[in-house]
Amino acid sequence: MITVTNLALLAFMAITAWAIARTRNLFVATMLAGIYSLLTATVFVLLDAVDVAFTEAAVGAGITTVLFLGALLLTDRQAKPHKNRLGHRLGTYGSMLLVALLGAALVYTTLDPLMPHFGDPGAPAQGRLAPEFLADSVRQVGREKPTATHIPNVVTTTLASYRGFDTLGEVVVIFTAGVGVLMLLGGGAVRRRPGPRKGKETTGGESTSGESKSGGAGA
Amino acid sequence: MWETFLGLYNYWIVILLMMAGFYIVMSRHNLVKKLIGLNIFQSAVFLFYISVGKVKGATAPIVEPGISSYSNPLPHVLILTAIVVGVATVSLGLALVVRLKEAYGTIEEDEINEMDAAD
Amino acid sequence: MIEHVVLRVIAKLLAPFIVLFALYVQFHGDFGPGGGFQAGVIFASAFILFALIYGVENARQIAPPAVAQAGIGLGVLLYAGTGVAGMLLGGRYLDYSVLAHDAGHGQHYGILIIEFGVGVTVAAVMITVFFTFAGRRGVLEAREDTGVPHDGDDER
Repeated sequence: MITVTNLALLAFMAITAWAIARTRNLFVATMLAGIYSLLTATVFVLLDAVDVAFTEAAVGAGITTVLFLGALLLTDRQAKPHKNRLGHRLGTYGSMLLVALLGAALVYTTLDPLMPHFGDPGAPAQGRLAPEFLADSVRQVGREKPTATHIPNVVTTTLASYRGFDTLGEVVVIFTAGVGVLMLLGGGAVRRRPGPRKGKETTGGESTSGESKSGGAGA
Repeated sequence: MWETFLGLYNYWIVILLMMAGFYIVMSRHNLVKKLIGLNIFQSAVFLFYISVGKVKGATAPIVEPGISSYSNPLPHVLILTAIVVGVATVSLGLALVVRLKEAYGTIEEDEINEMDAAD
Repeated sequence: MIEHVVLRVIAKLLAPFIVLFALYVQFHGDFGPGGGFQAGVIFASAFILFALIYGVENARQIAPPAVAQAGIGLGVLLYAGTGVAGMLLGGRYLDYSVLAHDAGHGQHYGILIIEFGVGVTVAAVMITVFFTFAGRRGVLEAREDTGVPHDGDDER
């Protein structure tokens, strides 16, 4: 039953990805990406990763979509068709060929008899660390003291305690990304080139205003 | 044969999705489209990690008395943080795209290259 | 979208509950699915919903950019500071066992504080990023109105 549901969801995801590749309307692509995220979250629930599913639903389907819409408002709604037809064809078929070859190579790798099957409890990934964390948590919960000393959610304990240093790094990455966005868009210098709005020819040279690339970006 | 299919179909579809994302990144010239492709590629990797962590017949790694078999919590932790880091990096990428639009008036990679070549 | 009555009323009605849910996810993360990363995003989404309906200017008044930007750093500091506190109390960096009278409680307190730090940073980053994107047009227009000094930083 789970296999059937899983297959159906993954098939939906593949269809959504194909539709994203096809469409030229960026608004449609963004919405489809949101649907794709939500489908991913559902598959995560099937694969027992409830915390991850929660995050994917909140982040992937929610915030990412809103951010993409905000960016679309500032840029374009529509992707333009390529000017160079031949180059476009070459690019499309070339990447198709490359992707097909790479995909075939990866599928061939999974056919290796050493590749652990999906859901195999004896897979190398289930060895070493995770059983220790789980046994540790089971032991603590098993003490059956109704006080707050035990934490049943192993994902939380692993995230914050066993691998706390790792998570600190991740938080710093988020911090850096936030500061980076502020520096890029939070009121730095604007240097406008003569874009297509004024005329197709870009003669260059006459960048309208100061070339001084934003010393004052740190808003 | 059937055994092999049931054991590996998840990986195959993950590979398919990953390649779809890679294809979008490579063949589309629109920068926003490229970022969406990157997102698809990224979630394919997430899916692969979670698939590896799945144990047949097990349950979510929240300890309950009376349950003995849990899926591997380690990939969950890695991917949980990776998702949020992913949105942070995507927002940074979008900020760059917005700045490019302001500077060049377009978000098509080929047009930007043309302008750079004209200079 | 402020002219739509339904959206306006519902957004105002929903926002407190979204914040409440975020706090639940934040502090219940050790018993069920949830934690700082998810809670931060949900918390931010309440403000984003408000900003979408009522406009960014109004949203800026309930979540001033200065506060949000301070939150970005504060969360990381809280996280790193907990590690330092553990060191001062005689443990190793990010070892929470020394934070309370016994190891179990110490771990629990440590995890709660850490998760709170994560939540603050994530929420602040998401709110800031959204406001920056949404306010970009205003920044540009202000620049264009004033004319020449494009590289002058009038936002500061």
